[in-house]
Amino acid sequence: MRPGILLRLFAALGYTLLLSPVVVVAAISFSAGDFLTFPPPGFSLRWYQQLFSSGELMAALRNSAVLAVVVAVVALLVGAPASYAIARLEFPGRDALAGLLAAPLLLPTLVLGLALLLALQPLRLAATWPGLVLAHSMVAIPFATRIMTTAFTAVPRDLEEAAWTLGATPLRAALRVTLPIAAPGAVAAGALCFLVSFDETVISLFLVGPRLSTLPVEMFRYAENRTDPLVAALAMALIFVALAVVLLVERLVGFQRALGRE
Amino acid sequence: MSAWLLMLPAVLLMAAGFLYPVALLARISLNRTNDMGAMEPAHSLETLGRLVEDEFTWELAWNTATLAASSALMATALALPVALLIRGAAPRWRGLLSLMAVAPLLVSGTARIVGWMAILGDRGLINAVLAGLGLAEEPLRLINNWTGVRIGLVESLMPYACLVLIAGLGRLDARLEEAAATLGATRFRTFLRVTLPLAAPALLAAFLLTFVLGVSAFVTPRLMGGGRVFVVATEIFDLALETVDWPAAAAMAMLLLGALAAAMLLRGLLGRRAA
Repeated sequence: MRPGILLRLFAALGYTLLLSPVVVVAAISFSAGDFLTFPPPGFSLRWYQQLFSSGELMAALRNSAVLAVVVAVVALLVGAPASYAIARLEFPGRDALAGLLAAPLLLPTLVLGLALLLALQPLRLAATWPGLVLAHSMVAIPFATRIMTTAFTAVPRDLEEAAWTLGATPLRAALRVTLPIAAPGAVAAGALCFLVSFDETVISLFLVGPRLSTLPVEMFRYAENRTDPLVAALAMALIFVALAVVLLVERLVGFQRALGRE
Repeated sequence: MSAWLLMLPAVLLMAAGFLYPVALLARISLNRTNDMGAMEPAHSLETLGRLVEDEFTWELAWNTATLAASSALMATALALPVALLIRGAAPRWRGLLSLMAVAPLLVSGTARIVGWMAILGDRGLINAVLAGLGLAEEPLRLINNWTGVRIGLVESLMPYACLVLIAGLGRLDARLEEAAATLGATRFRTFLRVTLPLAAPALLAAFLLTFVLGVSAFVTPRLMGGGRVFVVATEIFDLALETVDWPAAAAMAMLLLGALAAAMLLRGLLGRRAA
């Protein structure tokens, strides 16, 4: 049945609510005014200039990017072997261990952040790189293993068995046959882990310190205390990076392949 | 054997960054805070009991539950027409319409709240329109209060409701609605008597998911509330980082986890009955 006029009207209301804040942030980041006034009194690039000339925010942007890359690498390094085992091998406790690798997503990030603070502070690991990498890995690994398990499951078993028949050891077959075929999944998993870490706010709020902070935390604090369009420019910087990563994945492997659907 | 070796790095990392911290959280909730404000090791339910006896805790719990319930209800209600539109749309539009419905998930929550500040603030879009029409002498106060938090939360929960409803409604048999129309039912009557009952399990699932997410939301209440709106999540944050009363923060977090576990259990029971 084709949607009626009333349904279209209510759906338009829903879409307006969903999309208006993003559209407004984009518009106001080019504001020439001093406040979050909408419509803006004029347009300029002054807030982007201010953003790029702020040493503090640029350091936070750098920290966030480095952290996200490291987290993606860690999540793939530990997630890929685990996903291979879950997808390919039979062993006691498989379901329980697979459940453990997804478990952190069941916990509110607020509670996970608090728990990590209580654990890392006494070890002097709060507000350090190892502490932040460990914390972000907890929310990245579930996505990495979910996607990689799907990718490995989609590789036909016959190919690996053919490699065995031709004399390859199981390790060699996994590394030379299965892994290359599952590579688009790994790219997608890495990109998603990058984005999860790059956008992570709540856990980081518990774990950053004066010397080491991330861009989402700086943006949160800025939005809490001040109301000028710099925070909108900051938000756009985050969106640009996320878009760049998504486009990169599209160029590298294409979404359909990355998600395992051809 | 080799399988466990492959799992080992991931499991060790999970033990260090998830199992140990959560166990420690539970342990610290049994500690005490002395008169000097320092943490004392103990095995007592004293901290938990103090929270349960405090009226403020119950006020927070009530605020949190009503905020999450009303926001989840609105988010589900507004996601329903979106999901129905996508279901009825021509296949070539479906992808774009679905992407638009979940696009906010790609944008950080803080960024979207900045957008809401520009829409709802004293000098924002809505007040500019109202002033332009001569409808309001004083700006409407739409942020830094419960209204702002509710609007922001509805928007941040909607993509999740859309995801659940798009998946759930896609499975419904459209021929039933066509049959109702053929038999002479109006659009509205078909919606009320055929579509809505068929969609009920998906609607319930969407409501419960968004309710659970709403109960533990932190960024929206904190930023849209402007420090004037208090819910369980903001209180846990303040106890941990402002008051630095770790046992109380941990105990409050345990209460939140208990409530969430109860909600999930309820979802499981209702889900089984619906299936």
